[in-house]
Amino acid sequence: MPVVKSLRAIGHKGVNAVWRTGYAARFLLLTLLYSGTSFRRFHLTVREIFSSGVMSLIIIVVAGMFVGMVLGLQGYETLKRYGSESALGSLVALSLVRELGPVLAALLFASRAGSAMTAEIGLMKATEQLSAMEMMAVNPIARVVAPRFWAGVISMPLLSALFSAMGVFGGFVVGVVLIGVDEGSFWSQMQSAVDFQHDILNGVIKSVVFGVAVTAISLFEGYDAPPTAEGVSGATTRTVVQSSLAILILDFILTAFMFRGD
Amino acid sequence: MERTTLDLWVGMFVVAGIAALVVLALKVGNLSTYNVSDTYQLQAYFSNIGGLKPQASIKSAGVLVGRVTAITLDTSRYEAKVVMSVDKRYQFPKDTFANILTSGLLGEQYIGLMPGGDEKMLANGEELKKTQSAVMLEDLIGKFIYNKAESSGPAK
Repeated sequence: MPVVKSLRAIGHKGVNAVWRTGYAARFLLLTLLYSGTSFRRFHLTVREIFSSGVMSLIIIVVAGMFVGMVLGLQGYETLKRYGSESALGSLVALSLVRELGPVLAALLFASRAGSAMTAEIGLMKATEQLSAMEMMAVNPIARVVAPRFWAGVISMPLLSALFSAMGVFGGFVVGVVLIGVDEGSFWSQMQSAVDFQHDILNGVIKSVVFGVAVTAISLFEGYDAPPTAEGVSGATTRTVVQSSLAILILDFILTAFMFRGD
Repeated sequence: MERTTLDLWVGMFVVAGIAALVVLALKVGNLSTYNVSDTYQLQAYFSNIGGLKPQASIKSAGVLVGRVTAITLDTSRYEAKVVMSVDKRYQFPKDTFANILTSGLLGEQYIGLMPGGDEKMLANGEELKKTQSAVMLEDLIGKFIYNKAESSGPAK
């Protein structure tokens, strides 16, 4: 009976999805529970900050610079029509600090560092390194997973701040140095438009949330990957897709709470 | 990689990230002009606040002296009650005039304070008695059209 068969397939998928969600939640909880080691032996976390944060620096800095430059160009072209080129500074800074900085930095981080985390842990599992650790009474979540998690959570806001700062600099280079918008009004309009609590702090909160989401998804996908070459490659793809979607959806939710109304 | 080099790179990364945050806060944001501690509260009633919003600026002679903290409708007199926090450095006489003004034709609305000649100064929590409501552009246009119709006489 094809109807029963398709119903059964739907049921199977549903049960699987619920099971995976629960497993992921349990995994995240265990990571938080066993994260004492990553602070007591902080060099484990430092090593991971190096491989996820420091190695993402170049892509973040270059991307931030160019995004800021494009914002400068496009913003100038649009604002020129209304004769308010002097508002270029506030346009560039607000869009970077509120949205583009946290979101684009998180997307780049997911594809640069998140995929690497998934592949690394997936391969560790496939080559039974994680089981070997368990045999030696070393908790793989405390030794391998938690330091990577905290490294991601620490790196993400720093990367996003760097992205925004580089973007503002890029906007400054294009707007003031190349096009010739008045420098004084560029900075003063920016300062009067950008509020520390409302804009910058909310941007930092966003990037911390994205950091938690991206690293949690990457680590879980790696830990849960089928121990085959195909399984690891599939998990890496899922990491990038799911964390990108998670970033954009979370961004909408956070924006709706932070910037609604006034 | 050796552990000291690793530490060095991570240290540089963290310092650069924090420096970027500080630059954002001071150069891009308004933290350098932000001092929440030294303010005192004033309040004023307006019959119409137009498009005034919380966090709108309060200016005197064009200088930023404070911010609007809260806007509520006082149901005992059906007027808008605007609470503002003004920088302690700036004291205003008791008969200061509070106007809701607009920066530019379509700009943001703010409160302009025009000091009077009273010897006594306003203290924390006191009320600005003399206020002028926001100028509604729609009302003005309406009046203008009405006047035009009046002056051109009855329709033939």
